Amino acid sequence: MTPLRISLVAAAAALLLLILILELIRRRRLQERYAILWLVTAFTILVLSAWRSALGELSDLVGIAYPPSALFALAAFFILAVLLHYSTVISKLSDQNKILAQRLALLESRLREREAPD
Amino acid sequence: MSACGGAKLSGASPMTDSLTSVEARVADPRLSRLRRVAIVPAYNEAASVGSVIEEIRAVDPELEVVVIDDGSRDGTSAAAEGAGARVVRLPFNLGIGGAMQTGYQYAREHGFDLAIQVDGDGQHDPREVPQLLEPLLAGDADMAVGTRFAGGARYRPPFARRVGIEVFARLVTLIVRQRVTDTTSGFRAVNRNGIMLFAADYPHDYPEVETTVLVFRHKLRMAEVPVEMRTRASGRSSITFFRSIYYMVKVSLALFIGLFRRYSTPTEES
Repeated sequence: MTPLRISLVAAAAALLLLILILELIRRRRLQERYAILWLVTAFTILVLSAWRSALGELSDLVGIAYPPSALFALAAFFILAVLLHYSTVISKLSDQNKILAQRLALLESRLREREAPD
Repeated sequence: MSACGGAKLSGASPMTDSLTSVEARVADPRLSRLRRVAIVPAYNEAASVGSVIEEIRAVDPELEVVVIDDGSRDGTSAAAEGAGARVVRLPFNLGIGGAMQTGYQYAREHGFDLAIQVDGDGQHDPREVPQLLEPLLAGDADMAVGTRFAGGARYRPPFARRVGIEVFARLVTLIVRQRVTDTTSGFRAVNRNGIMLFAADYPHDYPEVETTVLVFRHKLRMAEVPVEMRTRASGRSSITFFRSIYYMVKVSLALFIGLFRRYSTPTEES
């Protein structure tokens, strides 16, 4: 069984994260579409740290001897997922950024061509 | 390195007679109805871009020169405009891939039939443009690449570089099933098919190897033309030790993933 103290600390941390995310969304500092993965992460950690028997069973199922490390493994997995998601977002943004720069440059060259009395 | 085996070579006359044949080729009747543009990507090449432009004009006055200023901070644009080129000025540095693609987009928008890539640092000799265009005019290829290794070309790069070039040349040869000797050459010419393809799809950085494969994936034809490359007039090569490692890894990854990608050829309407 997971030591009670670990469960409490983990639950408190997860709750804090959850509140922080919701607050960021409320202040429009974080778009919902990017918050969803974070919310799922915080919520899963919260549930598993509070529902201690479920964490124990989950650890048994995948063969983790010490249940709290299952919690950490899960948290790490979610963080990786969020990071990977961000990499795809960055790739898309840099692509769009490139397209914008190209369009702008071509438009400017057209404009100059017109304005120049040749 | 004897690299003639099976390669599709055209205009196999190196420097010896190229000077005398230039005038004859410029008057080539096949060229008269074709609008052609030389794309010169330049990043902080103010010192050399002007003379490159003048050289290109001297070879073929009908050839429009467009310089893609890739966010230079040394007056490259002004130098290019002063030499009489059109300038497309990117708001910030995109890297060679993004800059080249901008050139092809320019060629697409302005309805050019032929586009020739010439580096802004002076390492490509514009007097060899007629040879480069030969396979396109003959209808044998959609892209012609100036190679430093096939036919009469004599270029001996440093050992490490030679190994890298050779590895990718073999890899690409394997993938496209046509002998390719120089996958790193940026001295190229394409017809309208090539312009449409590259305007729509062009790799971000170190694009030469990937574009070679891209051309074959889209069922376009490629021919190699032996050329001489000069040592750069100014500026430094963009290849350093760590970058060359990134180069190998990035290009290998792109080639590998490219095998599993789906391709659709862009058309005039898209």
